[in-house]
Parts: sequence; structure tokens; C-alpha cells
Amino acid sequence: MADLISNVPDGPLADKWTKHKNTIRLVNPANKRNIDIIVIGSGLAGASAAASLAELGYNIKCFFFQDSPRRAHSIAAQGGINAAKNYQNDGDSIYRLFYDTIKGGDYRSREANVYRLAEVSANIIDQCVAQGVPFAREYGGTLANRSFGGVQVSRTFYARGQTGQQLLLGAYSALSRQVAVGKVKMYNRHELLDIVKIDGKARGVVVRNNATGEIASHGAHAVLLCNGGYGNVFFLSTNAMGSNATASWRAHKRGAFFANPSFTQIHPTCIPVSGDYQSKLTLMSESLRNDGRIWVPLHKEDSIAIREGRLKPTELSEERRDYYLERRYPAFGNLVPRDVASRAAKERCDAGFGVNKTGQAVFLDFASAIERYGEEQANIKGISIKDREAVMQMGREVVSAKYGNLFQMYEQITADNPYETPMKIFPAVHYTMGGLWVDYNLMTTVPGLFALGEANFSDHGANRLGASALMQGLADGYFVIPYTIGEYLADDIRTGPISTDHDAFKAAEIEARGHLSSLINIKGSVPVDDFHRKLGKFIWEYCGMARNEKGLKYAIKEVRSLRAEFYEDVRVPGKLDELNTELEKASRVSDFLELGELMCNDALNRNESCGGHFRDEYQTPEGEALRNDKDYTFVSAWEYTGQPEKPKHHKEELVFDNVELKTRSYK
Amino acid sequence: MKLTLHIWRQRDSETKGEMVQYIVDDVSEHMSFLEMMDVLNDNLVKKGEEPIAFDHDCREGICGMCSMVINGQPHGPQKGVTTCQLHMRSFNDGDSIYIEPFRAKGFPVVRDLIVDRSAFDRIIQAGGYVSVGTGSAPDGNAIPIKKEEADEAFNAATCIGCAACVASCKNASAMLFVSAKIAQLDRLPQGKVESKERVSKMIAQMDEEGFGNCTNTGACSAECPKEISLENIARMNRLHLKSTISPT
Ligand SMILES: Cc1cc2nc3c(=O)[nH]c(=O)nc-3n(C[C@H](O)[C@H](O)[C@H](O)COP(=O)(O)OP(=O)(O)OC[C@H]3O[C@@H](n4cnc5c(N)ncnc54)[C@H](O)[C@@H]3O)c2cc1C
Ligand code: FES
Repeated sequence: MADLISNVPDGPLADKWTKHKNTIRLVNPANKRNIDIIVIGSGLAGASAAASLAELGYNIKCFFFQDSPRRAHSIAAQGGINAAKNYQNDGDSIYRLFYDTIKGGDYRSREANVYRLAEVSANIIDQCVAQGVPFAREYGGTLANRSFGGVQVSRTFYARGQTGQQLLLGAYSALSRQVAVGKVKMYNRHELLDIVKIDGKARGVVVRNNATGEIASHGAHAVLLCNGGYGNVFFLSTNAMGSNATASWRAHKRGAFFANPSFTQIHPTCIPVSGDYQSKLTLMSESLRNDGRIWVPLHKEDSIAIREGRLKPTELSEERRDYYLERRYPAFGNLVPRDVASRAAKERCDAGFGVNKTGQAVFLDFASAIERYGEEQANIKGISIKDREAVMQMGREVVSAKYGNLFQMYEQITADNPYETPMKIFPAVHYTMGGLWVDYNLMTTVPGLFALGEANFSDHGANRLGASALMQGLADGYFVIPYTIGEYLADDIRTGPISTDHDAFKAAEIEARGHLSSLINIKGSVPVDDFHRKLGKFIWEYCGMARNEKGLKYAIKEVRSLRAEFYEDVRVPGKLDELNTELEKASRVSDFLELGELMCNDALNRNESCGGHFRDEYQTPEGEALRNDKDYTFVSAWEYTGQPEKPKHHKEELVFDNVELKTRSYK
Repeated sequence: MKLTLHIWRQRDSETKGEMVQYIVDDVSEHMSFLEMMDVLNDNLVKKGEEPIAFDHDCREGICGMCSMVINGQPHGPQKGVTTCQLHMRSFNDGDSIYIEPFRAKGFPVVRDLIVDRSAFDRIIQAGGYVSVGTGSAPDGNAIPIKKEEADEAFNAATCIGCAACVASCKNASAMLFVSAKIAQLDRLPQGKVESKERVSKMIAQMDEEGFGNCTNTGACSAECPKEISLENIARMNRLHLKSTISPT
């Protein structure tokens, strides 16, 4: 379609970014001082963008809903960050990272963006090291790596199980330095309610100070949305409680197209649901699959015995176990990509082999790793491997050094000791590949409105590889937007400050206030969370790990009536102009209720299976995803038409000049 | 199980607060502490009352957003965990639980259990960074760093900035928080260059925010959910002494 212009530069893939940087328009330092930029979000994408743009001389205002920028959801990332450094000399390269990402995404991402991501990945590590990020190191003092799912090289940099925390604290420190010199103004506990457009361009925002309830406008020459993903549509996910879709959705309603909304990532290794009161799910990092082996009993009667507590998993002999990933995918084994691993777990549980009370769990077992490491240590230390107690003890120590904090987290939640008995895990919603459509410059379909990090759709196609979200957030913020924003802002050097006296701001404020007041005035009988839980159940059931036409149509109907019910019967106590946590939740859930429907529509529209999008109707006889490249090699970008029931579909055709589209095989 | 909760309620920093009693039954031992609070809030909303405001986000012990003093201890009775990681199996049927905000001069109450901890951000802004701009970094492996040093820097860097250290200290001192950042950066060649200026600037800001002095009682480290070591404070004091004797 002609209306979606990706602005990918011409020329060979490997030269595009360099050429683009060399020819892009610049804003000179004196003029940068006259330009204001609003950044929504202080996660990896927001903090890195705000700091880098401030260093260049722009005036930044940064808004986020937590009390401190350091608490953005990026803080929770565990496993690591990819970079094509090839420090391990194992054959890694920019091209290989690019290729793995394209293939991992099941050929539904844009080549040029992914190549650029791989290209700048190495700079990210350098930048973080310079900031004092304490990455794991080898005894020789060099940086250590580990491997992640879907790839065959070791390119993941990490800081124990807390990589996101360390990277975010690095970006937060760079940001703090700019706050100190007055180039960035921070607005904590602030929530974006609307994007304000003047003459078709994004010129500011309406925000609510959640601590006081005050609603206010801020003008700027450009607005950057770095508000993260929308996985909390599902209610239960590994996201933080406050993660929301509001900023993206309100932008969508102002003209930003929403791309591939149904592409969500269900992560295979999370702690299973334990009860109705559950508020969130906890991830057990993918890095555990380096050493943990996934299995269920081979015979149903053993699964039943385990469920009923008559049999312990450790009592089951090897022949009676089914290491189903190793069986189905011998080449990648336990390290297949996330979508594949999740579906395989669901398949076994649906077939009746699940191992917890609800039948919705499989084992992740460290016994063989403990034994293997223990024997290695025994050999190094000259201890007889016949001393099993000593071997196991040393093995446990090695495993603890690698995953100690995760094991502790697991035990804290489940009261089971994973050194003694296998972990129980089940897939859970984790990440959203879909997001606001952006061009090569990261600009949405609204001029002057940009989207970075998990909030955009650009790099991961239909499935994201582990350790690539941190990479993308920081690539966008540190190394892409500082260049590409110049192309847009070069026209604004004479505009002067954007005044919030403009009618567009007044109108948006009135609308935002009106929406919140109307939520309070419903004075119904049902708390917000009940609606959110119900919505989550529908989307999980019908637009989760497997989808089909009948289910999606049913879900659309149900979500619509739930939305109607919400506006009739939600109860939001308290007032508008004060701290009101129920009101914050109601506002977010009102957006989830619309986005949920669009996700179902998107899934219904795509008559193929690719990556995390698995349509029951489109699978191979062995149950693998069946892509349809002839008809679906495109990005779906949805336009808001004024009614959530009637989204308009646009396509960005994907062109693959550099890789051959193949059936993804991890066998 | 059934619990009697005594919870601090306060409209805002200007208004006086008080302890209010609530009863919750149907608490499962598998619930997390905050899920128990969700159940209470759900009941309050259904009754048309205003729910209890408390800070939380990640609910897995890493963002540092949750706070609460539970039965006199920041983050409750269990060692090495945050409030959100606490499970109801740590309590017994029939227990009374006292829940209060993190109190300190530097942390005014916003509402109920929510306090304003932005003083911590201002301390970091005073110097808790390496002065390096985007794009000017050398190769990550250009400077080898001893594994032990990197590991120690990491241990200090695991601070989640929750402020339990301040809440547990009878002087409301922020020394553990401040020293963890200073020690992390001082252990790495990239950060060491600015150590002296950093220590004086951050300590000056800490004093300005109204945090008290350290009298070596060690409650901060004992209550710290990340078990940040007191050695960081010793290291900071040494650096501070050096910087006052021979400022750069
Ligand atoms: C448990 C977990 C583990 C993970 N582990 C890894 C890993 O090991 N490796 C990896 O690569 N990826 C990992 N990921 C994914 C990765 O962490 C995220 O995709 C990434 O951090 C997102 O960064 P971001 O900057 O886009 O958004 P976020 O970090 O989510 O930040 C969003 C920001 O926007 C603000 N915001 C949101 N909505 C609004 C609003 N309406 N108004 C104002 N402000 C708003 C928030 O306050 C916040 O500051 C993990 C994710 C989870 C959930
Ligand atoms: S809510 Fe994040 S640490 Fe408790």
C-alpha cells in the first residue's frame, strides 16, 4: 500500500545505515537549544533516548508513572542482552545476528531495521561498560557470554540474573547526569492521557499527575513514546502491575497505526498459576534452558500419580520420562525458540501429561546439570567421582553461582527447593512484538510522534529471540533516534516554543477530564480488576498460544459485551483530583478493552501461522506452524476510524532481498 | 486464615494519619502479601470505601517500588526479601499485623502507605554516574577487570533503591544507599576516575535532604532486602576522608 512508506534507504543492506547517517539532515547545536522534546517512559528506551538527546543539546521533558525512573519495567529483565561482538570466536557476526533475528521472527520483520539493530548492538555493550555496568566477567578479566534460545552461538552478555536492572541503572545514571545540568526535567507519577496534534503534527501531551490528580498540558516539537509493551491485556503476565497500553492506544486513537497487535510472546518458562487471587506471573529466565531439561512423564498414569501426590518426580526412572523438546527438536533441543517451546508444553498438557494439580505445568529439571558440573569439578579438584555426595554438592554450587537468585525466587514463591526436585513451569504472556507502526526513522504515522523500544513493532517480527528486547530498547534510544529525529526536527528550527494556549490542548484536556469523570460517575457495583481478569481470560483462551476462527469471533463478541458492561457497572471510588489508584486502573482497563478486540481482529485477519501467532487451521501434519508467504508476507497496520469495532486494515509489504524465506526448522 | 490488620491511613502530607483496623478472612497461605492487600482492597471497593494506597509494580523484588513497614520491620519479617516477595505462609491464622509507611524526615507521606522517595533520585543526580556521553565509549574488552572486582561491584549495584535502609535506621541515615553506588563505581576503572568528586557531591546532597548520620548500628544492612554490605559504608568513609584531605 502506498500510504505506508517505510523510508528504508536504498543501497546494499550493509551500507544502508551508514549512508542514511551520512545524508540525514542535522540540527545545529545552537538550534537544538530551541527545540523541546517530550519523552514518555524512563525504561531502557526512554532513559537512553532522553539522556542521549539531552547530551546533544535538546530540551527534554520525561514522564513516567513510577515514583522513580529507575523503577521502569526494564528493571525486571533477567537473562541478558545480545550483541554481535564475536568475543567467543564462535562464528558470530552482524550478519548472523541479523539472520537469527529475521529467522527467529519467522520472516515477518523488516530487513533493514533488523540489520541496523545487529549493526549497533556492539556499541551498546561498549557504552554500558563505560557507564560502569558490572557485566559478568571471566577470570581473565574479559566479558563473559552465555547462549539463549533459537541460536547456536554465545552472544548474550549478562549480569547474573539481573541484566535489565544493571542496564537500566546505567541508563538512569546517564539520565541523572542530564537532569543535574538542567537539560532534562523529570515528571514522576505522571501518566500520559492524550497526544495533542496541531496541523496534523504531534505537538504535545496531556498528562495526569497521579499523586495529586492534576491534569495538565505540555507542548513540544516532537513526542517520543517509550511506554513499553501491552502484555497486561491478559491481566496475568510477567509484566509489572502498572505496565499498560494507554500511551500507545491513545496515540492510536489520534492517528498512529497499530501494527501486528496479535503478535504476543508467550514465554515457556514461568511459574504456573496457583490460584484465583493471583496478580501476576513470574518469569524464570530463559537462560535456565541452557542447563535445565524439560520433561513430562511418558505415561499418563505417572502424570496422574504425580498430580495426586502419590509419586515424586525424582522417583520416576529415565525410561518413563519424555524429554519432549529433545525428542521433537534434536538439533536445538531445550534451546528452541520461545514460541516453539511454549506450544510444545501446551500440547503435552492438553494431551493430559501436565504435572501439577491443574494439569498446566511441565518439569524443568536440573539434576543432570548438577551431576555433570559436579563431575567436572571433581575431575578438576582430583576428587573421586564415586563420592556422589561430594559430586552433587559441588554441582549444586556451580548451578547456584549461575542461577542462584532465580532458584531463590522460585523457592520463595512455591516453597519447593529446585536443587532437590524439578521446577514446575508453564508458559505465560511475556512480551508484545506488535506495537505502533514506525518507519525506518522510528516515526509513527503521525508526524512528530515517534515510538521506541517495546512500544514499536519494528524488529522482532512474529517472535522475539531471548535477550533481544534489551538490545532493541537501547539501540533505539542511544544510537538510532539521536540521528533519525534530526531529519524531522530540521524543519522546526524556526517554529519557536509550542504554546499550550492553543485550542487543541484545551480540547484534549477537556476530553481527558471528561473520560475520567465519566468512569467515576458510573458508580456501578463491580471493581475494575474483575473486568480486567475477565478480559484476560478471554484473550488468553482465544487469542493466546493457539487461535482459530471460531474462537476469535466468539472472543470479539464477548469483549464487546464486556466493554459495554464496564461502562455500565464499573465502580471507581474516590475523586478525580486526588491520588486515586482505582481510577488509574480503570483508565488503563478502558484501553485494554478496546485493544483486546483489535488483537482478535488482527489474529482473525491473518490466515496463516507464524511465530507466536499459531492458527489451529494452519499447521503441518506434525503440528508445526504453517506460514503462507504468498499471501501474508506483510505487516498489518490498523487505523482507528472512530469506533473500536471498525478498524481499517493497511499493509506494509515485506521485501526480502537478502535472505531466502525458508520454513523455520529447529529439528 | 483470618487476620487482623492495623493499617496506617493518611490523606496527604498535611493531614494527620492514624492506624485503622481491618479484618480479612479467606487468606490463603500461597498468596503473596500484596495479593492479601489486593483482597482487602477489593472488599473495600465493593463496600464503597476507598482502598488503601500502597506503592508496588514489579512484584518480584527488583523494582524497589514496594515499601511498607510490617510489624515494625521494613519489608516484613523475612530476611533478604521485599514486601512483594513475602508470602502469607510466613504468618499464622489469627495473627495481628501492623502495616505502616517507610517513615523518615526525607520521605513525606503522599497517601496512606505511599511516601515520596525522590530525595534518592536527587542524590544520584548529584554524582552517581560516570561522565561519559553516548557514542564515545572504547571497546568493552579494552580494559580487563578482575572478576572479583566486577563481582563486588555487581553486589553493590544490586541495590534496588527501596529505602528500607533509611526506614530501619534510628537516625534515618541514607548511608547504605549512597555508599552502595559510590562503592560500585569506585571498584571499576571507568568509575574510579571521578570517585573523589562523586563522594563529596553525593554526601553533600544526602545531608541537604535531611538524612541522619550513621552511628554504626547496622540495622540498614540487616533489613536490606538485597543484603547490601556495610563494607560499602566503610569504603565510602575512607574515600570521603581522602577527598577532604586532598580534594582533586
Ligand atoms: C520478567 C521479564 C524479563 C525479561 N528479560 C529480558 C531479558 O533477559 N532480555 C531481554 O532482552 N528482554 C527481556 N525482557 C523484555 C524487556 O525487559 C522489555 O521488552 C524492555 O525492557 C522494554 O523496555 P522499554 O524501555 O521499551 O519499556 P519499559 O521498561 O516497560 O518502560 C516503560 C516506561 O514507560 C512508562 N509509561 C508506560 N505507560 C505510561 C503512560 N501511560 N504514561 C506515562 N508513562 C508511561 C513507564 O513508567 C516506564 O517508565 C524481559 C521482560 C520481562 C517482563
Ligand atoms: S514491587 Fe517491585 S520490588 Fe516489590
